[in-house]
Amino acid sequence: MSKDEVFEKVLAIIKPFAKAPEALASAGMETSILKDLKVNSARLVDVVLEIEDAFGIEVKDEDADKVKTIGDAVTLILAAKG
Amino acid sequence: MVVTGLGVLAPNGHGLAAFEEALRRGTSGLRFVPRLAELGFGCRVGGIPADVEAIQRAYLSQEELLAMNPNMIYAAIAAIDAWTDAGLARIPADADPDAATGAVLGTGIGGIDTIAEKLAPRTDAGKVSRLGSTMVEQIMSSGNSARVAGLLGLGNQVTTNSSACNTGTEAVVDAFFRVREGRAERMLAGGSEGHSHYIWAGFDAMKVLNRTRNEEPERASRPMSASAAGFIPGSGAGVLLLESLESARARGARIWAEVLGGHVNCGGHRQGGSMTAPNPTAVRRCVRAALDLAGVDGREIGLINGHLTATFADPHEVESWRAALGVAPGELPPIQSTKSLIGHALGAAGGIECVATVLQLARGFVHGSANCEDLHPALEPFAGSVVHETREAPGLRLAAKASFGFGDVNGCVVFARYQE
Repeated sequence: MSKDEVFEKVLAIIKPFAKAPEALASAGMETSILKDLKVNSARLVDVVLEIEDAFGIEVKDEDADKVKTIGDAVTLILAAKG
Repeated sequence: MVVTGLGVLAPNGHGLAAFEEALRRGTSGLRFVPRLAELGFGCRVGGIPADVEAIQRAYLSQEELLAMNPNMIYAAIAAIDAWTDAGLARIPADADPDAATGAVLGTGIGGIDTIAEKLAPRTDAGKVSRLGSTMVEQIMSSGNSARVAGLLGLGNQVTTNSSACNTGTEAVVDAFFRVREGRAERMLAGGSEGHSHYIWAGFDAMKVLNRTRNEEPERASRPMSASAAGFIPGSGAGVLLLESLESARARGARIWAEVLGGHVNCGGHRQGGSMTAPNPTAVRRCVRAALDLAGVDGREIGLINGHLTATFADPHEVESWRAALGVAPGELPPIQSTKSLIGHALGAAGGIECVATVLQLARGFVHGSANCEDLHPALEPFAGSVVHETREAPGLRLAAKASFGFGDVNGCVVFARYQE
């Protein structure tokens, strides 16, 4: 799976949780999940669960805590997928 | 104190126009519920608001709906409707909350459907980490009022009360006192209840639901009838915006009705009362206290919207009304049961029925109580007071609404038509 494909898939996972869905259109790797997309911080738990299911990976709590941007999530997923 | 906003999501109608029409026509919101039959319930009829899937998308975002069960969704729809009906604008997300407005939005059972469908099975399977972040806000007792506070930007007291089937009426009384004390200018008040076989199962097990009319759902809720054999469970939400007269006048609000007084109490499971049966002395004390606060003589009441669920307690309730109002049986004011059309919406019942009462006062009509053509023999002395058919009532000036709940708790509110 390419980096672009992972990016698109992550964006689709985050979309229902975004309180600023208009920011999704211009989202890039540097886009902050909390500040730019206005995802409620409590919902990061749900985003990580969906990422685990969608990519068939397990995300450790300490790794999940480091995810701030969409790029952070993409990097984490690509590393887990090897 | 006045009512400046009404919102209702009932089994027989969403919104004031549809609900009023349903009350006037005697439209039942009760239907056969296949899931109850599959699960072997004795009662297979229920009251569930229609088309909520479509309605909710007009009120709530996908992000909001991810963390909401039916109880919360119903409360949100009715509260937003009451707010809009009152001519108020929603507070923008980046603005300060409205410190003068709060909410008492009750629920009788709350989010046990979420507990049963998600929390318990996943927890028991050792999958706590798979619960996600939305469990607590859906199962906490205050889930409905908490969500409404965020949707509207409420900055005064926001809480959820719970007193079983008295919940919605108690919420109105509590909100009335908060505004009366000057602690808030406006309070949303009412109740909500979701629909779920998990919410209704315990009542079916107690055999307090009617299991004799599964083939004719619209005739299954039979308050005050000789053939009453238990209530029909319902769901939905009813919310009123209570406001000080000063505030309402200052912003030029349309006024639906005046709230003259209210009272809540408990029978203490004494004098014939128990966990499940009302102490009649306490019921009468509650109604009289509401009348006293309102400064109204019992003989002036023009309409009683009873609790009247279709259990053994209906004749006792009617006799208590007679005694509390201090009238002879033949002098009892017109009495009706909105539950005959929508079933018993538990924690939402008082809210929905207060909306029905205010609508009738403001619009000048009295809705018929369905399915009591075969009046209970004990109610024969009151036969002239039981409203069978809807009629216009342009002179209707005062109405009393009461609810009673498990725990031997009672609530009564006195509404008046507003006159400048």
